Amino acid sequence: MPALLEVRDLAVQYAGNGGPPGVAVDEVSLDVAEGEAVGLLGESGCGKTTLLLAILGLLPPSARVVSGTVRFRGRELRALADAELRGLRGAEISIVLQEPALALNPVRRAGAQVAEILQTHHDWSRRRCREEALSTLAAVGFSEPDRIYDAYPHELSGGQRQRVAIAQALVCRPALVLADEPTAALDSTAQAELRALLKDLQGRFDLAMLLVSHDLGALAAIARRVLVMYAGRLVEAGPPAQVFAEPLHPYSRGLMAAVPRLRSATHPRPYAVPIAGSPPDPAAMPPGCAFEPRCPDRLPACVERVPPETRMADGRRVRCFKHGG
Amino acid sequence: MVSLARRALHGLLLLLGVSLLSFVLLELAPGDYFSEMRLDPRISETTVRELRARYGLDRPLPERYARWLASVARGEMGYSFAYGQPVGRLLWPRARNTLLLTATSTALSWLLAVPLGAWWATRRRGAADAGLAVLTAALLALPDLLLALGLLLVAVRTGWLPAGGMVSLGHEEMGPAARVADVARHLVLPVAALVLGTAPMLVRYVRAAVAETLDAPFIRAARAHGLPERRLLIRHALPAAANPLISLFGLSLAGLLSTSLLVEVVVGWPGLGPLLLEAILARDYYLVLGPVVASTLLLAGGNLLADALLLAVDPRIRSDS
Amino acid sequence: MEAEPPLLDVRGLTKRYAGRRRGGPPVLALAGVDLTLSRGSDLALVGQSGSGKSTLARCVARLEEPTSGEIWFEGVELTALGGPRLRPVREHIQIVLQDSATALDPRFSVVEIVSEPLEIMRRGDRRERRRRALELMETVGIPPGWSARRPHELSGGQRQRLAIARALAVAPRLLILDEAFTGLDVSIQAQIAALLRELRARHALTYLYVSHDLALMGELADEVAIMFEGRIVEHGQVSRIFADPRHAHTRALIEALPSLPAPAAAPGL
Repeated sequence: MPALLEVRDLAVQYAGNGGPPGVAVDEVSLDVAEGEAVGLLGESGCGKTTLLLAILGLLPPSARVVSGTVRFRGRELRALADAELRGLRGAEISIVLQEPALALNPVRRAGAQVAEILQTHHDWSRRRCREEALSTLAAVGFSEPDRIYDAYPHELSGGQRQRVAIAQALVCRPALVLADEPTAALDSTAQAELRALLKDLQGRFDLAMLLVSHDLGALAAIARRVLVMYAGRLVEAGPPAQVFAEPLHPYSRGLMAAVPRLRSATHPRPYAVPIAGSPPDPAAMPPGCAFEPRCPDRLPACVERVPPETRMADGRRVRCFKHGG
Repeated sequence: MVSLARRALHGLLLLLGVSLLSFVLLELAPGDYFSEMRLDPRISETTVRELRARYGLDRPLPERYARWLASVARGEMGYSFAYGQPVGRLLWPRARNTLLLTATSTALSWLLAVPLGAWWATRRRGAADAGLAVLTAALLALPDLLLALGLLLVAVRTGWLPAGGMVSLGHEEMGPAARVADVARHLVLPVAALVLGTAPMLVRYVRAAVAETLDAPFIRAARAHGLPERRLLIRHALPAAANPLISLFGLSLAGLLSTSLLVEVVVGWPGLGPLLLEAILARDYYLVLGPVVASTLLLAGGNLLADALLLAVDPRIRSDS
Repeated sequence: MEAEPPLLDVRGLTKRYAGRRRGGPPVLALAGVDLTLSRGSDLALVGQSGSGKSTLARCVARLEEPTSGEIWFEGVELTALGGPRLRPVREHIQIVLQDSATALDPRFSVVEIVSEPLEIMRRGDRRERRRRALELMETVGIPPGWSARRPHELSGGQRQRLAIARALAVAPRLLILDEAFTGLDVSIQAQIAALLRELRARHALTYLYVSHDLALMGELADEVAIMFEGRIVEHGQVSRIFADPRHAHTRALIEALPSLPAPAAAPGL
């Protein structure tokens, strides 16, 4: 039975300014099943945002999909006409973009911006759209949805705007939600609240989620599987508990070592260790493994070719010659 | 509300300031209305001096200014030496004609510029983009004077349009509908000149404001929710881009009495333009001051209207005031 | 205990802002804060948005005027100083702000940004300033070949390093880092943290961090002061705070930290 979302060998490039094109996403394949939350972990520039935008056909004009397929409920999204794709967006697949607090039009009321999504996708009366919007606002945790409905965005706090943006994404009860760094712009208690909210909503509405984040806590709390992305490629996949506790790929290990954690006199730890070097230039990707220049465990094969995906005994997948291939 | 009242007060102060400054500047220019007469040997010195005294031109500046202010309050706005009438009576019919011209051309310019500019903002790097850029730049570079003259030439050569003036011969004998049509036909040429002169700048402004808004995160988010492009443009981008455009609109209003002066003179439209030109050349003080003050009034009024509109349209400004 | 006076001694600092709406209530950003900082002991101000931590940092950096209270720096009271008498003190206290993209003039080149403080403080001639700027760039890991680049050509982490180089130009004694790590990737944060540790030893610096990220601050600072609604509600050694949080807000902050599965073995790289 096919998964809800099937991405196969998707490759996206950015036009170079007079130079060679930059590779943003390099033959990425992934599945998201119905009701499953999948996390995508990676740092800035690794292509995770581009991947989300490519799935919904929202790439800027300077980027294009060079190859690969994206199938949603069996339909090939890249083959759809503009109008059909627009019908999907917000209704069956919705996206919460980075900095959701900026996602609201400052001169229109918040509630209207939630209701208009319903109006776009359904032929309902204005009153019904308003009621649905109010109930969704309540679902994302607003105790006074009426007040929020009539408020202008600048009258709301950052966390409140974030929740309105989430309400926008959920109001049509989509099957799949793509979320790009939803917790990034918040401070720690707001982050904790949002993590709890997302987890609750995911369970309550049985949402499939592709959650892009570098917030390990959010991934650990919400995702059933975590995919690690580096320089446009997926380098590791597995349950968060395992990937964070026993990372296989040297990049994942480097990331985990760079995470600051609680230290105390009884649990002395070395300081967070940065990963030496920096990511490769997307316009000049090496022929072999992209992480090789920074890898402490490099093998001769690493320079020659891209390691294939290997399936480990416990079901985890990793793209590294150290673990096979 | 308090802020609007305060702005109205500022407008009043502006009026006073401009009128005083103009008064002083006119004073500084050498000579006065009667200077020409001194050159005529048939008129004696004494006569000139008496005339000047009669019209109060030998009084000190502050006194003349005060008297003029009082005259403004009475609605007369001073006295024209050349026409021998209070300025007010001369001003209003001419101002009406000018307003007819400029209101029509301003309205047309905006009605043209907003949709065109908004549409242009959605076209990046295409033939349309380049074409419009060249066209607007070319029109902007052409002086209004040249445009008016060029159109006049076309009118004269082809005879499609009346070559200047506001009414044809025998205008008074026409029935009401025919009279309106007559004026309308005479309007075409000057309005065309004015629109061609001002619309290109407006189009570019609108385009810039809308293009910038289209790049905003909330537009991308709305697109991601499936909203169609046209709705994005009209319900989201334009309202959010309205802010700078409304300020510009206020300034447009301010220019209603002044932008058409050159065109009026070229085309022979009986508005404030020719009147002002005559008055300046003849040093008919108070007749010059009249249109200046009227223009300033419009400037203050236009700004006030723009501020009120901004308050009404942008909720962020409403909250701050 | 040292007989030396504390590096920084804040007493009863209060900051009140006029309300947003006319006739609205004034906002009390700082409500009588007392804080001391000893030389060599890094302190982190931790709190949520609106807790007053940034306001406190900016008052110490003299970017804002407190409503009342005293700021003593190396025995000199700062709020009484103005203009020209403040200049020598400004050299000793420098600040790195959060959003480097907006904190750096986009029209200046990298080397101009780093040498500008030297120019303002009138140190040396042009050639010397350029030499010192290149030196500083190297210290923070920006290649000298990049001296002509503009800020927008650098990544977020590189811009922060640039901001640090600029702050170090006049050899400060106290460096304030106001949310300087927010928005950076984890590995970049670790890089900057390592850089700061290295610089601290070499240049005898003391750091005052401002952040909402308690875990990161636990890494970087020796002492932590928790701020809530304009007051310091708890202050102590990092290890003690984490092991035995006393104030309810401190506990709330610790609870908000995500629980991550710890690596089974110490990361051996």
